[in-house]
Amino acid sequence: MPDQHMNTPANPTGIGAAVRRREDMRFLLGKGNYVADIKLPNMSYGAILRSPHAHARVKSVDISATLKMPGVVAVYTGADLAADKVGGMPCAWPVVGKGDVPAKEPMRPALAQGKVRHVGDPVAFIVAETLEQARDGAEAVVVDYDELPAAVGVLDAIKPGAPAVFDDIPDNVCVDWELGDKAATDAAFKKAAHIARLSLVNNRLVGNPMEPRAAIGDFDVSRGQHTLYTTSQLPHIAKLLMGNFVLGIPQHKLRCVSPDVGGGFGVKQVHYLEEVLVTWAARKLGRPVKWVAERSEGFISDAHARDHVTEAEMAMDENGKFLGLKVSTVANMGAYLSTFGPNIPTNLYGPLLSGVYRLPAIYCEVKCVFTNTLPVDAYRGAGRPEATFCLERIVDVAAGEMKLSKDEIRRRNMLRMEDYPYQTPVLMNYDSGDPLGCMDKALAAADWKGFPARKAEAAKRGKLRGIGLCTYVEACGLAPSRIAIRLGVRGGLFESATVRVHPTGHVTVLIGTHSHGQGHETTWSQIVSTKFGIPAENVEVVFGDTDKVQFGLGTYGSRSAAVGGSALAKAADKVILKGKKIAAHMLEASEGDIEFKNGVFSVAGTDRSKTFGDIALMAHFPVNYPLEILEPGLEEQSFYDPVNFTFPCGAHIAEVEIDPETGFVKLLNYVAVDDVGTVINPIIVEGQIHGGVVQGVGQALFEDCVYDEHSGQLLSGSFMDYCMPRADSIPDMTVETHVTACTHNELGVKGCGEVGTIGSPATVINAVVDALQHLGVNHVDMPASPNRVWRIIANAGGAVK
Amino acid sequence: MQISFTLNGKPLSLDVPPQELLSELLRERLGLTGTHVGCDTSQCGACVVHVDGKSVKSCSTLAASLNGATVTSIEGLAAPGGVLHPMQQAFHEKHGLQCGFCTPGMVMSAVDFARDNPKPTPEAVRGWLEGNICRCTGYQNIVASVIAGAAAMHAKGA
Repeated sequence: MPDQHMNTPANPTGIGAAVRRREDMRFLLGKGNYVADIKLPNMSYGAILRSPHAHARVKSVDISATLKMPGVVAVYTGADLAADKVGGMPCAWPVVGKGDVPAKEPMRPALAQGKVRHVGDPVAFIVAETLEQARDGAEAVVVDYDELPAAVGVLDAIKPGAPAVFDDIPDNVCVDWELGDKAATDAAFKKAAHIARLSLVNNRLVGNPMEPRAAIGDFDVSRGQHTLYTTSQLPHIAKLLMGNFVLGIPQHKLRCVSPDVGGGFGVKQVHYLEEVLVTWAARKLGRPVKWVAERSEGFISDAHARDHVTEAEMAMDENGKFLGLKVSTVANMGAYLSTFGPNIPTNLYGPLLSGVYRLPAIYCEVKCVFTNTLPVDAYRGAGRPEATFCLERIVDVAAGEMKLSKDEIRRRNMLRMEDYPYQTPVLMNYDSGDPLGCMDKALAAADWKGFPARKAEAAKRGKLRGIGLCTYVEACGLAPSRIAIRLGVRGGLFESATVRVHPTGHVTVLIGTHSHGQGHETTWSQIVSTKFGIPAENVEVVFGDTDKVQFGLGTYGSRSAAVGGSALAKAADKVILKGKKIAAHMLEASEGDIEFKNGVFSVAGTDRSKTFGDIALMAHFPVNYPLEILEPGLEEQSFYDPVNFTFPCGAHIAEVEIDPETGFVKLLNYVAVDDVGTVINPIIVEGQIHGGVVQGVGQALFEDCVYDEHSGQLLSGSFMDYCMPRADSIPDMTVETHVTACTHNELGVKGCGEVGTIGSPATVINAVVDALQHLGVNHVDMPASPNRVWRIIANAGGAVK
Repeated sequence: MQISFTLNGKPLSLDVPPQELLSELLRERLGLTGTHVGCDTSQCGACVVHVDGKSVKSCSTLAASLNGATVTSIEGLAAPGGVLHPMQQAFHEKHGLQCGFCTPGMVMSAVDFARDNPKPTPEAVRGWLEGNICRCTGYQNIVASVIAGAAAMHAKGA
């Protein structure tokens, strides 16, 4: 395989260089420090007794036998939390629906109070000297349940007479939300020459980062100081939410530490009740309390994802030009609102429905519904894969009905570079992009034109071959606080960075983003390397500890480089600005004459200069320094709030072969061409896209979170039942970038973490449908498992006997 | 029960409860937390170590079965002073890891495979790694790492 990363820029450790990751060393040597690895003196272990029922009244919880068991330190129930006035788990981003009716936010206690509402809902927290003793203790708790009928499927839950998850929300509707101009969209549909229609399901997923969640609470009674070690993507938010809204711990008395975290994908951006339990119990017991999820516990306690049922209609003129889009979605919230739950299928979904197209009128309504299932929250892409799947599937259906090729219908409707900036009818103002360039590059890389020959060859072998194309746009760089606050978020969404220059010219960066696989330690060092003209190895990056880092909103929504990276660049610019003042004094020149380039401050047009290290030293030993007008030291901070979202876009193509005898879909080829803006480290960007694509392929072909529709029991609760993509499930893919710079941040970056997951489900399903179109098939729900595909073929009369 | 075995090159004698798993022994008792536990159904492979040179899932291996065995965990793979094993070096060069959680198991599994397969095809690597789940990388760079690591191991006679 040729090395695509041989081209190094002028600065071999700066922006654009394929620097190998510094964080690799500790992981490769087995020296990572994950929460489950941490052992504190006098630590106790917690186990959670969880509901086996989807919906039940808790008549009594008898802990007397457990309390007598060896090693058991304490047993807590919902009554103990209520007695301590512990608050419910907060929702950080509720939304407002039609007629200004806000989302309903029912109380979610960390331990059940009165009722359990999903399998896995916690009932008791058992703390013991060892983990085994805690688990044995949990088994000895006697709970008397009065089982109730459960509302499981999202459509079943809104049928008249469905069981109510909450007694005071009889219709199970959390919020009925809308976006877009309904009248204008209706008018567009009236003049349509053709309307394409599609019903689809976006199946429920479990994110499953490989590191199961874990939390350790610690309490220093002498200082009244709490510490929470947690597997979080955003420890500052966990601190704010838990401290302020749940446990009433003043912010200066709570430290949250997220050390090495083994994958997040949105699953770990939620503030979880286990964080509350260990923190609260540690204070009550005056000793550390540790909880680590087993994988099967993760399946019934991690936030789940997706789970939409959608009706979509596309209105077109006689040439296949899009006139309007109507989308009506029912989205599953689960039994309670998770931290960002209602925001995902609304604000992160509706505004993406214009895709990369000129689509003059869009109306979208989303009903968010409570059910007796795990709460639903963000998972890689979060709302945007669902929007892309809906739009790109109906575009393919429209192409078929209009007798246009899949690329031609897109070409006719796609935005051109000169259309940017482009205001969509659904809030978003795209700053930059070249979707047509991405698509043409992808068509060439995938040999689109050569497909009929490959299909014919496959047919000779008895295989059904299909090719799928998908374009997408993503709104990331979350988020401009003003816009986000208008959309309901309870806080700002800026990011902060501190650049600390040591007397030697070495640099420590303290930043509010959190790296859990993204390689920020390497990437942020590259930004500093370019800014200061120093080698990246002279830079250390600190994150994930609220006592060390000033503040930060963390890592989610492909925001880290666009928002955190921009904050870092701005802080570095402030250092350079101060450095120029110091240099001007040292060089006896006016500040305006000082230039800074490649690590050297010089007087323009002369050979007089000082290095970055000289300036750093002088700032700390100010012997020749303008102390009367300038403070000593060289440390600057920036809080950066973006003016707009960033809009990566791209085109993906997949090729599949279906064995009609088994229904097995084999993915043969995958091409991704993405505009992620400026690429800081090409090898890391490519790795992010690889991983993202495979997660989306997982949804399209393998993964499915399934509940029994009556009992609400989780049927896919382990890696034996939930089909994760494996190394042998997929082929090597081709990844290319097609960069247009973001126009509103200094680095020009857009984001690369989610593009793969956003494009790939629709790409793969479009290919599967293409392979089956001769049977009159116009849609296949996900996952396109052998069972499902075989049945579709059999029902169409195409099965081989 | 009393067992004696070699761990990362050092002889060790221990009293182990009959139900103790190798992963628990390494992580909880011996503080070797490089071996990870990512599932409870022997599916994910984050816990892979070598017993007598062969990769095994330590979450499904009883410590009591190790009497007389030679065990190598990820901590025992690099040369003294943190000089990376050729397979570790290949994972670094090819960006074969992201969050690092599956990495120790991946590397240990790959080393076992590469000993018998100096020039594996991508398909062979993908087939072998079927028992190691990675959620971050999409496997592509892991496959490239294993191929490069295998070549380096045999070039150096490792």
